[in-house]
Amino acid sequence: MTTPLSTRPAIRVAHVTKSYRGAGAAPGLLALDDVSLDVRRGELLALLGPSGCGKSTLLHVIGGLVQAEGQVVVNGAPVRGPGLDRGIVFQDYALFPWRTVLANVAFGLEMKGLPAPERSRIAREQLRLVGLSAFEDRYPSQLSGGMKQRVALARALAFDPDVLLMDEPFAALDAQTRELLQIELLRVWERTGKTIVFVTHSIDEAVFLAQRVAVITARPGRVKEVLDVELPSPRHARDVRSTPEFTACRHALWELLSEEVTRASGEASAAPAVATPPRRGLLGAFARAFSRRAA
Amino acid sequence: MTRTLLTRVALAALIVAAWELLPRSGVVNPVFLTPASEVARTIWELFTSGELAVHARVSLVRILEGLGLAIVLGVPLGLGMGAFRGFERAVDAPLQAGRQISAIALFPVFILFFGIGELSKVMIIFWASLWPVLLSTVAGVKGVDPVLVRSARSMGARRGTLFRKVILPAAAPSIFTGVRLGAAYAFMVLVAAEMIGANAGLGFLVLNSQEVFAIPRMYAAIVALAAFGLAVNAVLLAAERRATAWREAAGT
Ligand SMILES: Nc1ncnc2c1ncn2[C@@H]1O[C@H](COP(=O)(O)OP(=O)(O)O)[C@@H](O)[C@H]1O
Ligand SMILES: [Mg+2]
Repeated sequence: MTTPLSTRPAIRVAHVTKSYRGAGAAPGLLALDDVSLDVRRGELLALLGPSGCGKSTLLHVIGGLVQAEGQVVVNGAPVRGPGLDRGIVFQDYALFPWRTVLANVAFGLEMKGLPAPERSRIAREQLRLVGLSAFEDRYPSQLSGGMKQRVALARALAFDPDVLLMDEPFAALDAQTRELLQIELLRVWERTGKTIVFVTHSIDEAVFLAQRVAVITARPGRVKEVLDVELPSPRHARDVRSTPEFTACRHALWELLSEEVTRASGEASAAPAVATPPRRGLLGAFARAFSRRAA
Repeated sequence: MTRTLLTRVALAALIVAAWELLPRSGVVNPVFLTPASEVARTIWELFTSGELAVHARVSLVRILEGLGLAIVLGVPLGLGMGAFRGFERAVDAPLQAGRQISAIALFPVFILFFGIGELSKVMIIFWASLWPVLLSTVAGVKGVDPVLVRSARSMGARRGTLFRKVILPAAAPSIFTGVRLGAAYAFMVLVAAEMIGANAGLGFLVLNSQEVFAIPRMYAAIVALAAFGLAVNAVLLAAERRATAWREAAGT
């Protein structure tokens, strides 16, 4: 029964089904249907799917914020509720507007019961790592979107969770800021070796960041496929987006996703809004770039 | 900015001038309307003799006790009602009914139960100021961004911590608004209560002066009441600014 620690998945999602109860007599809504997924220790896995397919729901189930049928096991322990072994970064930052940047980053440390000097020390260190030392006394309303999301990341990293759960964290940012933060995230991931589950509806973002991409079907959410992404590393060192491997991955995901978006919107010609059509001449690179596997 | 300030000063000066000149010129009977300068002199006399302080202190204590009780009971009740729908539904009907009963109408009842002394006066101030405090606390809690609650929960915050560290600070601006409105209501019923069966307080001073035909003193007491209300509001505003400084930060 005992599995060696190194091969045990960091997160095991087993047969998770979630339906939201309808208001009054309205029928319930099946958001997730028998989802099973393993997240390997130390990997960065992207959950990619059309809007409304249940990505956030799945992330919240893993985070213990939403109850569902089935089981989620994190580091061998079944999830029964939220816990500091998992840090969540929300799309809309979710910073406390009445707390300074420093006090926001220290929130999880307060919950952990650390003494005040220790909290400040750790929070300052995390702010230094995201380049916001000069802003520790500011309030969130005084920061740009990109800075807020850096604070949210610092806050989640401060209490040192094993697993980071990120829900479309960069979706609201402008393109340049988003690319910067993607690179910063890769650096954080390399430095800390944390297991990261990253929700996105952007194919480009999924390919750039993830080692593996789980494609989620339109509602009810199921895991359609899990793709390995193999890109020349380190990814942030050069313009990896223009490599044939990147294009090939993007194409494969685009095909998978376009079926789902079509299904989700009920339109025949719908395609993922963020995707660009793949270049035809690069078919040969597809095989090198990834191995496809049924989930 | 300076322009609006100028017009404000000019308007105030105009009002004071009219107040001074209408009775002096005999357009208004000076027996009924004391000129402004004489009211000012009377206020100074009441102030230097220490009489004003005695009445103001009595009124202040009543306000603090009544409004304090409204805050101490209204805020926790409002937090509970805003956070737990079942609890809100249970207490909603009696509270809605209670809200409709004017504090003044209840004064005879309070006198019956608590006598003509301080307690009945504090109770009607409490009754009048409870509703704005309670309702704005409920509204404040209901307006808390659920994302913030989720975020705190994800970091392990349980019910008690959630109330102290998320719901209360998030609802604070709305609660403060309710407290300031409560203070305004408290002043209205304070004066009414002090006009019935009191022997001290600014409201008593107004009515008593009229009864003994000390008309300048009556106006002096009215002006003192207005200044007193403004001062209390200013103190509450300063406390609010301090507690919710983060809201002002956005503009800087
Ligand atoms: N609290 C909720 N109550 C009812 N329905 C919900 C709730 N949260 C999400 N849903 C519904 O569940 C489906 C999946 O939502 P979500 O997980 O947010 O999708 P995604 O993050 O992929 O856009 C959507 O149709 C959404 O409307
Ligand atoms: Mg979502």
